[in-house]
Amino acid sequence: MNMIPIQHYLLVGAALFSIGLAIAVTKRHFIGILLGIELMLNAVNINLVAFSRHDPEKLSGQLFSLFVIVVAAAEVTVALGIILRVYGRFRTVDPDEVSELKK
Amino acid sequence: MEAAAFYGFSVLSIAAAFFILFSRNLIYAAFALFLTFLGVAALYVLAGADFLGVAQIMIYVGGILVLLIFGIMLTHKPDKRDNATAHNKIEIPTKREIWGFLLGAGFFVFLGRIIFLSDFKMAGNSINSKSTIKTIGVELMTSHLLPFEIAGILLLVALVGAAYLALNRNPAS
Repeated sequence: MNMIPIQHYLLVGAALFSIGLAIAVTKRHFIGILLGIELMLNAVNINLVAFSRHDPEKLSGQLFSLFVIVVAAAEVTVALGIILRVYGRFRTVDPDEVSELKK
Repeated sequence: MEAAAFYGFSVLSIAAAFFILFSRNLIYAAFALFLTFLGVAALYVLAGADFLGVAQIMIYVGGILVLLIFGIMLTHKPDKRDNATAHNKIEIPTKREIWGFLLGAGFFVFLGRIIFLSDFKMAGNSINSKSTIKTIGVELMTSHLLPFEIAGILLLVALVGAAYLALNRNPAS
């Protein structure tokens, strides 16, 4: 049924991961960084699901990516709570300006 | 047909990801992330993971993305100039753009080299077209029971922690 070679899935995952890494590095906004991290988690999930095609009895890859989704949901809620707290204290969303420990 | 759908959704998600990278407006970036998540969900379905595709749409699009957009709106600095294009702007210094490009492109070349050099010997037979929900449910309740419970506790802890962090906003007052 599935003729698409696994390398193509892996390449799409690698491209999304690299773009997510570039987003997390370049964006000067806490939530922009979170967008990049979510994209990277999704790219990893593509790899897990692609390898799980060849494991139809146990589906370990799909279960693993299910747990990755759960951890991503928990992570983004806590990160948003911290971002709101930081915004309430420093009145900024730029990670460069939150440099109190460097002084 | 299937190949066309695969490459179409791959191009959709990668193009939306590039839009996030180059967009100066964070709200537009969040909506482009919506397109990326939809494309990734379609890739899951094409790889035979129907339950995971639906879960991806429900959790990411229905939960995480809405939460992110709430976060963007709550940390939005009101702009007195009343210029509709100036909202949610983020300026990126050129030095950091170069570093980001170098890091992303270098990492992609590295991963692509690994992918092309490796040749995978696939042992098991490929997935057939039946639904994966039964297998996932049985596996989750038998051999993966401990991670399942830990995930439940993790979600509870994250809920309590996020509610505590987002409560009394100003500890000084």
